[in-house]
Amino acid sequence: MLMTSLGQGLLWAPLVIGVFLTFRILDIPDLTTEGSFPLGAAVTISAMLAGASAITASLLGFLTGCVAGWVTGVLDTKLHMPSLLAGILTMTGLYSVNLHIMGKANIPLLNQKVLTAFLPATWSVTWQTIVVGGLVTGVVVILLILLFQTRLGLSLMATGNNPQMSAANGIATDRMVIIGYMVSNGCIALSGALIAQSNGYADIGMGIGTIVIGLASVLVGEIFLRGQRMGVRLLGMVLGAIIYRYLLTLAMGLGFPVNDLKLLSAVILVIVICLPLLQTKYRTHQQVTRYLNQIGVDQNATTSRVTSQSSAKGLLSGNSQRTSRVKGREFDD
Amino acid sequence: MTIDPGDFIAVIGNNGAGKSTLLNTIAGTLPADAGHLTLAGHPVTKRSVAYRSHWLSRVFQDPKLGTAGELSVAQNLTLAASHTGSLSLRRYRRRGQTERYRKLLATLEMGLEDRLNVQVKYFSGGQRQALSLLMATLSQPDLLLLDEHTAALDPKTSREVMDLTQRIVTTHRLTTLMITHKLSDALRYGNRLLMVQDGQIKLDVRGAAKAALRQDQILQLFAE
Repeated sequence: MLMTSLGQGLLWAPLVIGVFLTFRILDIPDLTTEGSFPLGAAVTISAMLAGASAITASLLGFLTGCVAGWVTGVLDTKLHMPSLLAGILTMTGLYSVNLHIMGKANIPLLNQKVLTAFLPATWSVTWQTIVVGGLVTGVVVILLILLFQTRLGLSLMATGNNPQMSAANGIATDRMVIIGYMVSNGCIALSGALIAQSNGYADIGMGIGTIVIGLASVLVGEIFLRGQRMGVRLLGMVLGAIIYRYLLTLAMGLGFPVNDLKLLSAVILVIVICLPLLQTKYRTHQQVTRYLNQIGVDQNATTSRVTSQSSAKGLLSGNSQRTSRVKGREFDD
Repeated sequence: MTIDPGDFIAVIGNNGAGKSTLLNTIAGTLPADAGHLTLAGHPVTKRSVAYRSHWLSRVFQDPKLGTAGELSVAQNLTLAASHTGSLSLRRYRRRGQTERYRKLLATLEMGLEDRLNVQVKYFSGGQRQALSLLMATLSQPDLLLLDEHTAALDPKTSREVMDLTQRIVTTHRLTTLMITHKLSDALRYGNRLLMVQDGQIKLDVRGAAKAALRQDQILQLFAE
């Protein structure tokens, strides 16, 4: 059971990394996810049915994901649409595109060789999944760590953090945002390709709820592993993907029916958003009380007022001034 | 209007007079309705902010805008050191870079040289603004734009940053356009003074004439 979740988590990890790239690095909530995930699945399974090898088909899935990201990026930067709307438009359009690629709503693999079939047949399916997931996720993480050591990676981080400053320092911010969308959705589509091969089919509905899964995993990962270094942050994302699978397995074990899975993932997201907020609030309260005791003041009124102000920093309040300002207003009262 | 190499221009004017419009049009954040803009011989009227940054640098009024808070001091300096090659796939960390940055930061006398790998968001407004100033001059720009860059700082820090500005501009002989609300600063620093009113340049004095200018004369002009 635990090992199954580990394997599944590793297959979902590229999706979480993709969501992390737009959500944390570029500071954009990108809904394209819901379309690019099944796109990766549809393209990969269709390509395999047409005779392509599992590796070629998976890479093709990755590349079409990049194209989907490019579309959202162009809508966002060149046509100046709000990023949420840009994502929704691409996602909606992709539904039809995916149906065209697949020809019908669900296409199963017949007896094509999936990625796990390259491993010795004596291994159990669970182990095969863990090895394939681990290898693919490992390659993605290493390539991204290398990317973020280049000037391009630095420019990407700067653009997400402070677009005005980036432009003033010669960075073509529109181009950076588009590149970010492309890499992100490529990873997400790759995850779709892996999941589809693991399931043995591609389904038009498999993208529903993936953005919630992605965001929840990002937040879970950050609860367990935070840091300034990109390697640590990316490993945190992989960990988040795995722990999220454990949480779902745990909940299913408690007897929740499969139909409640989406509701469950929404509730998990709410919990992981609220948990760090409460944590910060509690810690600040403790600190303020200790400080007031130290300087010999005992005023409950002061304590509560200071606490409510200092806990204004939420987990979702992103990096840039834009988001923190909006969030700050929400929590200020 | 022509800015000559080596000019240090102070721009003054009422709120809404057009100072920021002037600066934003030069920087490229505002498109020009009419007219032409040439930077170091390159026509840039219709070009992007990033393209113009090959020749100009800018320090914003808000200390948070001039630096990327999530990035470290060293990363911020790397971004500012060269305004080209942002798409490059070469590693941004170079040999000898740390030593060079340390020396540069030591000139600020703020102790930043020992905190190269600290994220900029942990620094005070004054420190961030001093860093912005250093970053803006690192690429040896043909034109430095200062947008009321001391207005958000307390009086003491404001004076320190202004002194630092004067020192850097003089050492590197930077051509500078500085917007300020402080008449005393406008009179004290620079070799040329522009007064903007109702979108027009009302006064443009330089050299000896500027040095002879007194505060009450300017206040008189404001009142007109």
